[in-house]
Amino acid sequence: MYKYDEYDHAIVASRVEEFRDQVRRRLEGHLTEDQFKPLRLMNGLYLQLHAYMLRVAVPYGTMDARQMRMLGHIARKYDRGYGHFTTRQNIQFNWIKLADTPDILEELATVEMHAIQTSGNCIRNISSDQFAGAAADEVTDPRPWAELLRQWSTFHPEFTYLPRKFKIAVIASDTDRAAMRLHDIGIQIVRNDAGELGGRIYVGGGMGRTPMIAPLIRDFVPYEDFISYLEACLRVYNRYGRRDNIYKARIKILIHEIGADKYRDEVEAEFLEVKKLAIDPPKAELERISAHFAPPAFENGLLDDIDRTDPDFAVWVDQNVSAHKTAGYAIVTVSLKPMGGIPGDASADQIDVMADLAERFSFNELRVTHAQNIVLPHVAKRDLYPVYQILNQSGLAEANLDLISDIIACPGLDYCSLANARSIPLAQKIAQRFSDLDRQRDLGELKLKISGCINACGHHHAGHIGILGVDRKGTENFQLLLGGSGAEDVSLAKITGPGFSEDGIVDAIEKTTDVYLAQREDGERFVDTYRRIGMEPFKEAIYG
Amino acid sequence: MKLLTGNDLVTGDVIWWTGDGWSRHIEDAKDAGDQGDILAQVEEAARRVNTPYVIDAEATSEGPRPAHIKDRIRALGPTVRPDLTLKPADPNAGSWVI
Repeated sequence: MYKYDEYDHAIVASRVEEFRDQVRRRLEGHLTEDQFKPLRLMNGLYLQLHAYMLRVAVPYGTMDARQMRMLGHIARKYDRGYGHFTTRQNIQFNWIKLADTPDILEELATVEMHAIQTSGNCIRNISSDQFAGAAADEVTDPRPWAELLRQWSTFHPEFTYLPRKFKIAVIASDTDRAAMRLHDIGIQIVRNDAGELGGRIYVGGGMGRTPMIAPLIRDFVPYEDFISYLEACLRVYNRYGRRDNIYKARIKILIHEIGADKYRDEVEAEFLEVKKLAIDPPKAELERISAHFAPPAFENGLLDDIDRTDPDFAVWVDQNVSAHKTAGYAIVTVSLKPMGGIPGDASADQIDVMADLAERFSFNELRVTHAQNIVLPHVAKRDLYPVYQILNQSGLAEANLDLISDIIACPGLDYCSLANARSIPLAQKIAQRFSDLDRQRDLGELKLKISGCINACGHHHAGHIGILGVDRKGTENFQLLLGGSGAEDVSLAKITGPGFSEDGIVDAIEKTTDVYLAQREDGERFVDTYRRIGMEPFKEAIYG
Repeated sequence: MKLLTGNDLVTGDVIWWTGDGWSRHIEDAKDAGDQGDILAQVEEAARRVNTPYVIDAEATSEGPRPAHIKDRIRALGPTVRPDLTLKPADPNAGSWVI
């Protein structure tokens, strides 16, 4: 875990005091809402449907137990007893009072957390692989690189007022668990032929109203050039990105309009200029940061055997436990998608339980996933059963990871002022329709993602099955999309045709899965079958 | 009818113009007529409301009902958490929202 140095502490503490003063001036009438809004957004404070909402950053999704407990404390003391984990590996609190916000930020700072750059047209929280440091297939732990970017991007004076928000993901394995190529910049840390680590840089991906997959811009950027190259990427965007139309302001639009080759040429030219500034940190800085992410003291000689006597436990192991790079250990994903629950929500008590488990069984580490679940990354296999039992007592042992009920859903019209339709009730209805776990497991990996508006916070473009909620003359209507993926087989989902009512789309999804079951070949996931047979059989079943 | 609504500056609570002040309960809301925009300016300047706006609503025997689903949800609370709405003890409280 990265630990703040004196500079980190100083800038976060000063930001808390600055915002305290801004809130005071707003409450006393010295600032209008128009003046205050950009200031509060820079500190993660939105005004949503029912109240202020505070989005707290969880850098690259990594937390320790102390930080997790603080989130539970904030949920209990300042909110209504729960928090909502987001697709950006952050957490949101839905019922915050403006006057409490400075105190909340002050409490967060005591555990090295903040809400800085969780909103606004700046570089947002850097996201990463939730299995970082535990996955057998990574070439290195991507988090030190992500932390380097966090430090570079925090309060970067040139990039505080970009044309639009900017999202970066960093992974270090060929398996993409972070939807890397659907980011403004996606980085895969790789080794070159000389064995050196560097970044493979993709630029111009994203979801929203104009989904795009990021093209490859540079195959390898060595560490010595890493920050300079990214600085150049941002500078070109900052110079040429559109500011006249919010819907055309993301970097993906710029690259689409001028072409990846032209953008690459511009970046390479700018890179030569940036290099003259000598801003790249020495290798020692990466080594200093990396020391914070050193592997924990794993025990040697642990057995890989798991007692599968309890059948429910055995199913949970099969579904929610993943291979660890160290013998005798496993990665546990705690599903925040209980049957009938709200995707991504966790009560303060559940947050505390997960913190306790991390402390007792996972070397004090937790991760938030972009699929709105929580990971205990380093659990000894001998401890899996007690971990399962404790999770089960707390309603956290749903064995549905990557199944149809492991739904990503944005807050939708139940909470969000931008939404056109409710996502959560639909997620609940779909989960209920497919509540039989055997049926879900027979369907296999099926990533279903729901957005309540075209801004696509629920990643519907990347769903094997995606759902987009729209407003049709004041009534909720849902469009069905098929064939997307945010993984290494990245693709964008295509719309099937006319939309449905809430009940109608649940029926349509069931017809869609029936087509898959009838047509699948050995080993095919839903998305594989879709890619092989195309849209028509599904459309015929749905609309025919 | 026209209703004036916004959020409480301090708490963020959804509030409704009652003719002489603000209430969290839509049943207290009064028709703002054609004065909504002017009232919004005055009340926002006085920091009694944040980001006020005027909506269409229907007068019913049980109180005003906003025309748009978004404002109906605002009026009561999230449809997925009845325990967090303004009337958590009434299982039928949200029957008019959706």
